Amino acid sequence: MSVRLQLTDIKKTYRAVTALNSVSLDMMGGKIIVLLGANGAGKSTLMRILAGLEDPDSGTIQFNNQTTDAKSIRRVSTLVFQKSVMFSLSVYGNLAYGLKIRGVPEGEISKRIAEALEAVRLSGFEKRRAKKLSGGEQQRVALARAFLLNSNVLLLDEPTANLDPNSAAIIEKAILAKKSSSRIIIMATHNLNQARRMADEIVHIHNGEIVEASAPEDFFENPKSEVTRKFINGELDF
Amino acid sequence: MADIIVPALQQAINLITSGDPEVYATVYRTIYVAGLGTLLACLWSIPIAVFLGLYNFRGKWVIKGIFNALMGIPTVALGLLLFLLFSRQGELGFMNLLFTLNGIAIGEAILVTPIIVSFTANALGSADSQLRDLARTLGASGFRTNLTLIRETIWSIVLSLTASFNRCFGELGIASLVGGSILGETRVLTTSIAIWTNFGDFSLAMAYGIILMAIVVVLALIVSLIERLRNEDMGLNRLIFWGGLGGR
Repeated sequence: MSVRLQLTDIKKTYRAVTALNSVSLDMMGGKIIVLLGANGAGKSTLMRILAGLEDPDSGTIQFNNQTTDAKSIRRVSTLVFQKSVMFSLSVYGNLAYGLKIRGVPEGEISKRIAEALEAVRLSGFEKRRAKKLSGGEQQRVALARAFLLNSNVLLLDEPTANLDPNSAAIIEKAILAKKSSSRIIIMATHNLNQARRMADEIVHIHNGEIVEASAPEDFFENPKSEVTRKFINGELDF
Repeated sequence: MADIIVPALQQAINLITSGDPEVYATVYRTIYVAGLGTLLACLWSIPIAVFLGLYNFRGKWVIKGIFNALMGIPTVALGLLLFLLFSRQGELGFMNLLFTLNGIAIGEAILVTPIIVSFTANALGSADSQLRDLARTLGASGFRTNLTLIRETIWSIVLSLTASFNRCFGELGIASLVGGSILGETRVLTTSIAIWTNFGDFSLAMAYGIILMAIVVVLALIVSLIERLRNEDMGLNRLIFWGGLGGR
């Protein structure tokens, strides 16, 4: 059965700044939803809410038609941060962290880690110190760490930002391989070409509001919103 | 000055190589009070620091400010206070701690509490907030997240403990007032320096000073060596720090 994530009228403000305003989305498993928007548009705030790291001020989140809170959504989602964050451990230690919490047996952990590293082309990196890897390698470890948990909602906050094309291509390929009906992949980016390559649906957020949500063809060829048209053409003033 | 330092160096070497039991006993007593003082302080300082570093509450800045200010407490004033408390007529006189090594160690523990609390709380508080988010998004409970943050800042905590040990090691006010510098009983390196200076034997006083400095420098070098190995060798990390905190 395909998983479903519904957001209804999500609002979030920080002091006087409105980060998200009446955001509503209906997402199904098996799809990659790309969040497009300029810096400060609200993409990362939405990601943090979906990762259960922050509560919205108002609105509801439903997972498989069940209303859920931050603690519950954390059980089904995993976030890969824009700037890869590593514990001061080996690559193995970083990858095993979430699995140990879930009580996965050590033998099973080793096997799954080997598979996950192969998926991001880092086989044999288990004993390397994670913080000493290059930016691209660290991001691939972060991705493998998220893959290992088999979460129903995989959140990727600009996973290829500032990476070389080779690392970006490896990451994109690994993400595409994770598409499944039991998983919703939500990826934030401001790379239009990447959105075109990866997305099943593109959601454009501008000033905390969704201004366009459509399939890539419609999004790029026939945007309904004037803001989106300007964004695509690089004419949007911030 | 040179006519004091050169003979003092020779005397320091002679003191160490002569096998004088009182010299070794003095060094042992100094290490004992500094070690016990630091360990005792850890019992209450680390929990306080974890609370101050990882939790937010109203008035937290006031408490942190008080601990920061207490780092500069005059040791003589603290020594005098403890002398009065530990003396026979004092509120804690029944504990018979005056003129004992354990009495000195308790005083040292109180002295270094603000150092451990302030340094450790600041280290924990300044840990990358994304590490906390990462642990949570990987499924860690609040307790496990805090354990992870402690592990990530363990080296800062080790450094604060080293600084505290050195503070205890080179402290005079509490050692002389609470310990009384009784020969063969409570005399430590700093009180030996003070006694021999008062007796006018500057060379012997300086010799004890050189021994004290040598031990502090050796300790600092050992800590630096461990830090260097930690940066280069994952095996050492596993052995020393991570094993007990769920790392690998």
